[in-house]
Amino acid sequence: MAGIGRGRSGSPSGGAGGRGRAGDDKNKDGKQGQRRGLFRRRKVCKFCADKIDDINYKDVKLLSGFVPARGKVLPRRISGTCAKHQRGLRIAIVRARQLALLPYASD
Amino acid sequence: MQRTYELVYVMRPDATEQQVADLHTQVEAIVSRMSGTIGEKSEAALAFSGRRRLAYEIGHHKEGLYVLEVIHGDGALVHELDRRLKVTEGLLRHLIVRVDESQTKAERARAKRTEESRRRRTARGLPPDRQPGEGPQTDDSDDSGDDFGVEAEV
Repeated sequence: MAGIGRGRSGSPSGGAGGRGRAGDDKNKDGKQGQRRGLFRRRKVCKFCADKIDDINYKDVKLLSGFVPARGKVLPRRISGTCAKHQRGLRIAIVRARQLALLPYASD
Repeated sequence: MQRTYELVYVMRPDATEQQVADLHTQVEAIVSRMSGTIGEKSEAALAFSGRRRLAYEIGHHKEGLYVLEVIHGDGALVHELDRRLKVTEGLLRHLIVRVDESQTKAERARAKRTEESRRRRTARGLPPDRQPGEGPQTDDSDDSGDDFGVEAEV
């Protein structure tokens, strides 16, 4: 598991400059195409929208929506959660992990 | 200083009812000795308590008996309780969390929101409270919130 992680983090710095740049260009093109072709839904903070004031560590059903299969906390750039609620969410997830309600890591 | 705490502990799945009751009385004894009180079990607490599958194995156990207690007391009580629970046999996990602050915060936020909506409604010449059958009917079938992965940016 650690080996994979090291390999992944090592490749951008270790790879040739040309290769990296080509990858970037491709990425950009893909994004633009996506933007033109697909309607991108605006992300909203779930907790603001649903008016959840207190993010509770006991609410496994709610929290598990923000914990992908790997067991990590879903980043804000994907979930669209606002900074304030992401902070509360992180604390709730950490507490839930301690009680074995959520996994620390899983595959 | 009286504060409200939530205590959750996870017992081994093979614990008998007698052992569960014993631990409860032990906790009760510590709380009352340190001049605290145990709050009544709310419906949510009862719904949370019970046998659950653990998200990861703890000492080869795959299930645990969850118990939630609400405690009113001060910091010294929590300190003592934590110390005692750490050395208690047959306990897989425990967690003590202060809840009064977050509860008042949530209440305040809720009050502020209703206040604001009432103010806006009266400004628009509407009755302050929402009438039944008014506005968009809340239907959560679309925004289930579990479709995050689809719009992932790399």
